[in-house]
Amino acid sequence: MQSAWDAQGHSAEVLKHLMLGIIGVCTLIWLLVVLMLFAALVKRRGQAPLQGEHAERKTRLVVYLSVAVTTIIVAGLTLASFFATRDLVVGRDMDLTVRIKGQQWWWQVTYEGSSFGPRFQTANELHIPVGRNVRLELESIDVIHSFWVPSLAGKQDMIPGRMNVLTLRAERPGVYRGQCAEFCGLQHSHMALMVVAQDDDQYRRWAQAQALDAAVPDDTEVQAGRAVFMRKPCAACHTVRGTEAQGSSGPDLTHVGGRRTIAAGLLETTRGSLAAWTADPQTLKPGTNMPIVPLTSEELQQVSAYMETLK
Amino acid sequence: MTGVDRISPDVLDLDLQDAEVERHLSRTWGTSPGFWGAIATVDHKVIARRYIATAFVFLILGGLLALAMRLQLARPESRLIDPDRYNQIFTMHGTNMMFLFAVPVMGAMAIYLVPLMVGTRNVAFPRLNAFSYWIFLIGGSLLWLSFALDAAPDVGWFAYVPLSGPQYSPGKRTDLWAQMITFTEVSALAIAIEVVVTVFKQRAPGMSLDRIPVLVWAMVVMSFQVIMAMPSIMFASTTLILDRLVGTQFYNPAEGGDALLWQHLFWFFGHPEVYIIFLPAVGMVSSMLPTFVGRPIFGYLALVMALITTGILSFGLWVHHMFVVGLPRMGESFFTASSMAIAVPAGIQIFCWLATLWLGRPVFRVPLLFIIGFIVTFVMGGMTGVMVASVPFDTQVHDTYFVVAHFHYVLVGGAVFPLLGAIYYWFPKMTGRMMSETLGRWAFGLIFVGFHLTFFPMHILGLQGMPRRIYTYQPELPWSGLNLFISISSLILALGFLVFFVDVLRSWRHGLPAGPNPWGASTLEWATPSPPPPYNFLRIPVVQDRNPLRPEDKELPVAAGLRVDRRELLVTSVVEALPEARESSPQNSIWPFWAALATSFMLVWSIFSPWAVVWGAIPVAVALIAWFWPKGTPEDEA
Amino acid sequence: MVGPVQRSVRLISAYAACAAAIGLAAGIGWMREPRQYRTDPAVSHDLENFRLMKNGIGGAPPDVYFALGKPYETTAYDLSQGKRLYSWFGCAACHGTGEGGKGPSFIDGWWLYGPSMVSIVASIRDGRPHGMPAFRDRMTTDEIGQLAGYIKALGAYAATNSAPSRNDDKHSRPAENRAPAAALFEQGPVPMHPDQGPSP
Repeated sequence: MQSAWDAQGHSAEVLKHLMLGIIGVCTLIWLLVVLMLFAALVKRRGQAPLQGEHAERKTRLVVYLSVAVTTIIVAGLTLASFFATRDLVVGRDMDLTVRIKGQQWWWQVTYEGSSFGPRFQTANELHIPVGRNVRLELESIDVIHSFWVPSLAGKQDMIPGRMNVLTLRAERPGVYRGQCAEFCGLQHSHMALMVVAQDDDQYRRWAQAQALDAAVPDDTEVQAGRAVFMRKPCAACHTVRGTEAQGSSGPDLTHVGGRRTIAAGLLETTRGSLAAWTADPQTLKPGTNMPIVPLTSEELQQVSAYMETLK
Repeated sequence: MTGVDRISPDVLDLDLQDAEVERHLSRTWGTSPGFWGAIATVDHKVIARRYIATAFVFLILGGLLALAMRLQLARPESRLIDPDRYNQIFTMHGTNMMFLFAVPVMGAMAIYLVPLMVGTRNVAFPRLNAFSYWIFLIGGSLLWLSFALDAAPDVGWFAYVPLSGPQYSPGKRTDLWAQMITFTEVSALAIAIEVVVTVFKQRAPGMSLDRIPVLVWAMVVMSFQVIMAMPSIMFASTTLILDRLVGTQFYNPAEGGDALLWQHLFWFFGHPEVYIIFLPAVGMVSSMLPTFVGRPIFGYLALVMALITTGILSFGLWVHHMFVVGLPRMGESFFTASSMAIAVPAGIQIFCWLATLWLGRPVFRVPLLFIIGFIVTFVMGGMTGVMVASVPFDTQVHDTYFVVAHFHYVLVGGAVFPLLGAIYYWFPKMTGRMMSETLGRWAFGLIFVGFHLTFFPMHILGLQGMPRRIYTYQPELPWSGLNLFISISSLILALGFLVFFVDVLRSWRHGLPAGPNPWGASTLEWATPSPPPPYNFLRIPVVQDRNPLRPEDKELPVAAGLRVDRRELLVTSVVEALPEARESSPQNSIWPFWAALATSFMLVWSIFSPWAVVWGAIPVAVALIAWFWPKGTPEDEA
Repeated sequence: MVGPVQRSVRLISAYAACAAAIGLAAGIGWMREPRQYRTDPAVSHDLENFRLMKNGIGGAPPDVYFALGKPYETTAYDLSQGKRLYSWFGCAACHGTGEGGKGPSFIDGWWLYGPSMVSIVASIRDGRPHGMPAFRDRMTTDEIGQLAGYIKALGAYAATNSAPSRNDDKHSRPAENRAPAAALFEQGPVPMHPDQGPSP
């Protein structure tokens, strides 16, 4: 699920083959060295040590040869990795561009408008069409983070003041987990994101739905929850499109109920986990920038009901 | 001194019997008894012993932190240690192991062994040596005090900006870290300069460059690396602290600074740092190995050349720590090639050791066991090093547990194993007592097995996508089994170290008496009694061979003509080691201690106010003036 | 043989070592700087009770605030979070980076409602006439405290060691730990603040 061996993208597959090759060669060399070491240890038991020009001549030849072979192998591995780097390029045509901004400790995801759908913003979950080249523009707004979805591609740092580009191409549909790979402070451990690879049609439907404003509730409890959300500090940091909640320091919650996880991969999205997270984020993810907002249990139920309907 | 002393004739060792020389030298070179005598001593052996003991105390503390981390990671979403404390712990573990254990302990071994191995009576600049130890002790204590105060650095031992910068790292935590770096820089630089000058100017007559023991060569290369790498980290830590305290803009992209500048500066030091730790260790291997195979080392010249090549190449591959920051393709290829190339000199050394073993008859004493463990482990670390040297490979394993496994194989396998072997080997020289062979075998076995069981699975975890520096992980991730296994295995490793320390403490008091040369070794340090007297050699030896203590020679030729009524050493030429001059060596002095205290006071105060640099400089100046004040002793007049 | 003098010297040094160890432990306990990431909801509730005087200037913080050691004003972490909130809640729109704009400046040494923590908390929480909105419903008690502590540090005449340093932004004034207010204040006699906006 989050493994370099479970290669499901073009880059990851190229890298997997390279890694298998290099690991194979290196394991072989290690075995040879250890074999030689133990041969040397048992060979002359009980015999006098050899000294002098004559004894050393043959050994010297073997050492020269070993050094030469080492050099050749090392040069070979350098070339192999050079060619693997070339194979990572999937072509210049990009079907989709997504801008991802890392921040402490979640991912802001902005889709650029394309033939696949309009422009919209979401968080902590990335959907991509299978077999398409997706250009990721990686940025950071605070400290250095690193974008890494091992099943799809190698990692790339997100550095404030710079933009790095990474191309993803998923070869098979599926859900792939990724995680921040550069130490970024207190909650570095809980900064994950999900990449959902789906076929063109599914992706288009998803993108169209994401671009819409939040659904207007008709249930009374949900309506009450919406009112609580707007009345309490929630709306100061989060955006729910189509309402007066326009905060930008926290993740966009317009379709939070439709995402697989909340709090950057911390919990699976259920009404219960939404309530638990809202009630006490500082226990679940100590140090997160989301404060404990005092809510009555009734308000908490209403808010979580509202969150759950934001599909 | 009075005029009578001045015209009295020099007391030279030429005219005296051995017993008489010994009496004079003991008085001249000795350390005065009592507390202040101990503080004032400049005997390189005393200082080095303190250095080694202090570094091993830091090793124990760092090891305890590692166990705490393993305890936390043993199960998913564990709430044993909160993230704030965990981040402090892993930062302390890395910083402590690199700056307070590995580098100082290698420098300390150099301080102990180099003068003995090159046949002189003390290091060059012995007072600087004392100063260096006090600075190191204070710097290390400062870091641990900050940990006790819950104000320890929490940004990783690499302290990447902007996380360590003014905006994202409030409080004094990072300032303390940056200032601690300054302390260790100063002490390491002092040692490096002492070693270089000692080796180049104080070798025993006849020890031309091609007769220097490989360990001494390794220490020289290490010292040059320190001299060239430390200024980089010095600049980095100073600019970081300026950014944080004074508001300069070195690392602020909005004002024309650059976050990546820090990484370049840090790794330009950080990569040679690995070899600063590793080269002395391989030097130890090359110097111990001949003793246990009964023949000289194979390929002396190749080994020395490999050391020098490694030392130079190590400055050309720092960028391989930055393969995922978004490099131009050309840069990637260059640094892949250079990182791969360093495998060649490493290979040369391995092959030379294998050839030595092949031609010799191994005697399986504890130091040789550690050497075997070293070769097996280090070659594996080297192989994973080749893997991470490849940019595409690295993009999948960078900042994962694969890298954690890799550098523990290189640093523990490549440096700590030889170091433990070296402790078993030189312990008799330092204390006059042997360590236990039985306990030694147990220690080796437990450490070797515990190490591999602990660190090998980390390779797999890394490939399974577990990033470094996480304080916990979620239960649904497939890492919990291996993590629990690693945590349990780490206890075996810890037990091995416990046995080792028990052996050290027991042997210190109750070990079997060792005699001057218990291993039948051939280098000069074994020509002195164990432990060596304050003056090291009764008479300065003359070297005629790469292995001066060959068993067939009964007597070591010696040089005479040095004064015994004052501290005097022989200065020789750089290449041929021909005698050039008699040079005086400084007396014991309390002032290096006060100078270190004054310097520390200034550096710590400067975290709180920039004015400290001005006002704090006054006591430093006073201490330095007292340090260098001519006191009319014979040494000062020469 | 150990003489009586030596024995008493040893005894005294043993006592001294014990005393030093206890002193060190006590000192460490006293000087520890733990960070509070999660304020207990009950404490948080108590912290709301800032008692304000009738005129809206000055008053007394709740006892629990002192019991905690005035965290919002003294803890570097809280001050730095306050600085973060300053930008997240758009304070800069009216107050700039502290030099003021539509709203009053924090670094000219002039406080419309006094420089006390209570006044600043009240200004943020309840708003003030002439345009300062109330943040009661947009920030939690903790956040208001952190922001107020930061603003107090920003306008302090003397720099403290726990005040934040510069941000990774454009440089417009000395950082808080260099006491920007003190710098302006020390420029000598400046004209009485003509740009204070309408008085309350």
